[in-house]
Amino acid sequence: MTVSAKTVFDDLETLKKELIRCMKCGNCMSVCPIYNVEKKESSVARGKIALGEAILSENIKIDDETLVKLIFNCLVCKSCMLACPSGVRFDRIILGLRSAIVKKKGIPFVKKALFGLLRNSELFDKGMKAFAAMQGLFLSAEEEKKRKPRGFLRGISSRFDEKFILPELSRESFRDRSKEKEEVSLPQATALFFTGCSVNYLYPEVGDDLIYVLKENNVTIITPKKQNCCGMPVMVHGDIETAREIAKKNIDIFEKTEAQYIVTVCGSCGSALKHEYPIILENTEYEERAKKWAQKVYDISVFLLKVIKFKEPKGKLNLKVTYHDSCHLKKSMKVFNEPRQLLKMIPGLTLVEMKKPDACCGSGGSYHLTYANTSLKIAKEKAEDIKATQANVVCTGCPACMMEIFESLNRFGGNCHVTHTVSLLAKSYKNERAGNV
Amino acid sequence: MIDREFIDKCKNIFGHENVLTEKAELIAYSYDATPGIPRETPGVVVFPENTKQIQELIFLARQTKTPIYPRGAGTSLSGGPVPLSKGVVISFQKMNKILEVDPDNLTATVQPGVVVAELNTAVSKFGLLYPPDPGSMATATVGGTVAENAGGLRGLKYGVTKHYIMGMEVVMPTGEVFRFGGKTVKNVTAYDFTHLFVGSEGTLGIVTEIICKLIPAPKYRKAMIAFFDRLEDAGKTVTDIVRNHVIPATLEIMDKVTIQTVENFAKVGLPTDAEALLLIEVDGMGKDSVEWEAEKCVEIIKQNNGKYKIAETDSERDSLWQARRAALPALAQVKPATILEDATVPRTKLVDMLIGVQNIAQKYGLMIGTFGHAGDGNLHPTLLVDPMNSEEMAKVHKAVDEIFETALSLGGTLSGEHGIGVAKLKYLKNEIGRSGIDTMRRIKQALDPDNILNPGKLVPMED
Ligand SMILES: Cc1cc2nc3c(=O)[nH]c(=O)nc-3n(C[C@H](O)[C@H](O)[C@H](O)COP(=O)(O)OP(=O)(O)OC[C@H]3O[C@@H](n4cnc5c(N)ncnc54)[C@H](O)[C@@H]3O)c2cc1C
Ligand code: SF4
Ligand code: SF4
Repeated sequence: MTVSAKTVFDDLETLKKELIRCMKCGNCMSVCPIYNVEKKESSVARGKIALGEAILSENIKIDDETLVKLIFNCLVCKSCMLACPSGVRFDRIILGLRSAIVKKKGIPFVKKALFGLLRNSELFDKGMKAFAAMQGLFLSAEEEKKRKPRGFLRGISSRFDEKFILPELSRESFRDRSKEKEEVSLPQATALFFTGCSVNYLYPEVGDDLIYVLKENNVTIITPKKQNCCGMPVMVHGDIETAREIAKKNIDIFEKTEAQYIVTVCGSCGSALKHEYPIILENTEYEERAKKWAQKVYDISVFLLKVIKFKEPKGKLNLKVTYHDSCHLKKSMKVFNEPRQLLKMIPGLTLVEMKKPDACCGSGGSYHLTYANTSLKIAKEKAEDIKATQANVVCTGCPACMMEIFESLNRFGGNCHVTHTVSLLAKSYKNERAGNV
Repeated sequence: MIDREFIDKCKNIFGHENVLTEKAELIAYSYDATPGIPRETPGVVVFPENTKQIQELIFLARQTKTPIYPRGAGTSLSGGPVPLSKGVVISFQKMNKILEVDPDNLTATVQPGVVVAELNTAVSKFGLLYPPDPGSMATATVGGTVAENAGGLRGLKYGVTKHYIMGMEVVMPTGEVFRFGGKTVKNVTAYDFTHLFVGSEGTLGIVTEIICKLIPAPKYRKAMIAFFDRLEDAGKTVTDIVRNHVIPATLEIMDKVTIQTVENFAKVGLPTDAEALLLIEVDGMGKDSVEWEAEKCVEIIKQNNGKYKIAETDSERDSLWQARRAALPALAQVKPATILEDATVPRTKLVDMLIGVQNIAQKYGLMIGTFGHAGDGNLHPTLLVDPMNSEEMAKVHKAVDEIFETALSLGGTLSGEHGIGVAKLKYLKNEIGRSGIDTMRRIKQALDPDNILNPGKLVPMED
């Protein structure tokens, strides 16, 4: 590790200049999904910034148990950053604070602190590990359509109750079955597909659809088998060192390919590669490389519409679709127009907007397990908004949101099918080939 | 004093889930949006859901002489909700129901925690409008805006909060519940209590229900933006418009520093050599009258050597407004912190005030961007500062003193809309004099004999 100068992740003092930008105007309160449910100052960016200030002025200890819980009570959805008139970089602040807690007390301490929020502590470790590798691994590979968590999971979070379901788990991960390289004749570009864990383990069909769509558009696809998790799950838990290691390994892997671009189908992965890597690798020998790769990262919708020559979908899909904006896709990657544009191009498809398409779905990585009550309330509002559109399909650009929405629609009733933008596109291309135009 | 017993009693009154006692939670109630004032952590925070709970809390607080600090959204710019002597913070965030919209009497009855923007969303379904629109309306509460008598961008034509409050329910500092006013347009029964409690900054009573007046929402509007090479021309445009009996809904000004900063930050295509910019929007129920008013404004702008752009579509309107909306965010980018002042002068003294502020900026070598509600003479000189630079901060304090002095010397006031709170307490006597202070004290003592309600704010109890 060669950290030459200090970053917010290494030295809390450097957070001062980030904290001071907050003028306590309260604008963030109007958009924070957690505040909307809990109505406490500590739920929102402004209150957490005040806690940061209190830590620095030694008014409160960084391992104060309530404080730790409050600092982790954040979805890192970045909604507040968009509403902030003062340009407060709240992502750095919250990750900096979490990282300081982890540095001071270690990961086990944090787990234990968050644990108090969970029902059964011994299972947390097991659960978290499995969770990091995506929740699918919790399940036995038996084949009911709707998966209920096995007995031992029930104890972990109140979210794992009798109503909790997960999408069908595939026996084979996406990267197990995909080719390292998919060649096309006369390629217009070569793109690296960064699958992310959710697609790899839980939604491999989204991966298949992406490959299908890119091939239709004459793009050669490289899917390195050895690529890692994007690092977001460990990063949001304050384990910046591990996140750094993961980021570096991924960059090494990217550099071994001849890829011109990196394409993602997950808001969080895209956001990690494009925005988080350059930040966490600041002042390391990877900084410039991270920045260079960050410029080549595109969400699939932007890649199709803005980077390459896009083949318009002609196949008919008679569907009423509503689109959910993933927080990281919209608020971090600023992608919200392109997916809608793509959907509107599909013949037969009508797009109906829900009340607040960019309201968080409540997932927030493991947030929906550790802070199950708040998360459920956020999820419920989303489910109600989706139902109100009477759409037959809800579509989004992030598999983590797909999972959460799938779960909450089931819980709160609603027979809307959940899918990914790229899957609808693939379907349209396929219908076109089948002559259904 | 807040001890175990006090907290247990709070939990009995409000229920466990509505009482915060952990230090980390309490720290998040030690501030509002006012820069550079002292912070203090309260002893306990409670979330009432009904009037009776508040009454019980008052009895408890009186017995124990515990100070009470009402808090809406904590966006005050004068220190109103800060718990200076620890005590209890009452947060109204869970007392946030719209009780009734009555489109025939043109009223809405709300609990104090309702967010102003949400009230407007609710009444817009009836084609109605609740006009007071502070810049903070996406978060500020009706209770907080009533307590501060908040203004907004529409003040010139539509007035401020006090013009839209018809009655309320208040829990008095002595514990009685008092209702006054109502849905009638006319009401001269008893003292005009509405005007006593609006703007009382939480020092005279706790507002628990509010009857708001609504108006039909204007159907047409037209926005334009004008640039001037001389401040005097901009100032004359403002007075000429009013003299010609056009009352725009919005008549906003930005000075050169603000224009340049906005352009730098948002690249909206503003001419950076202009001395001043005016954003003007006229509105009304009739298309013709709105067109006429817009034409009149254009004529006056031209007479005063201004260049202008007029919005023909909604998206053009949005882009004109973007410049104004970017003012504060843009200024905030320049330095680590901003101090937003609120001095207000008669409309005819606008230019003198702007020049006065520029001179003060020059004298102390500070960067001050001024923008604000020109039609109301209500300016927001915004000082761009670095709180960690104590030398600079010393100059800032002097500059702020002089800004207030200038405003008063021009026949203006300390605060047009942000209130006195703690931030401007020391200047109060300069405006209202000894007799004014004495009158305020007598009112305060008569209604709050134990001085438990928001002590240390608005009313200087000692010299
Ligand atoms: C970005 C920004 C823009 C702003 N723009 C404007 C503007 O354009 N115009 C303007 O006038 N102000 C503006 N303000 C100032 C502020 O928003 C207003 O003063 C607003 O009225 C405060 O409302 P609040 O709900 O946040 O109240 P708080 O700040 O929580 O409280 C304000 C005062 O009201 C008292 N109070 C709150 N609720 C009650 C109650 N139920 N009963 C009795 N007392 C109560 C408190 O004790 C306190 O003294 C702005 C502030 C910010 C940060
Ligand atoms: S990141 Fe999201 S959850 Fe966290 S404070 Fe900001 S808006 Fe709230
Ligand atoms: S919106 Fe930004 S400046 Fe305002 S309180 Fe929130 S974080 Fe602070």
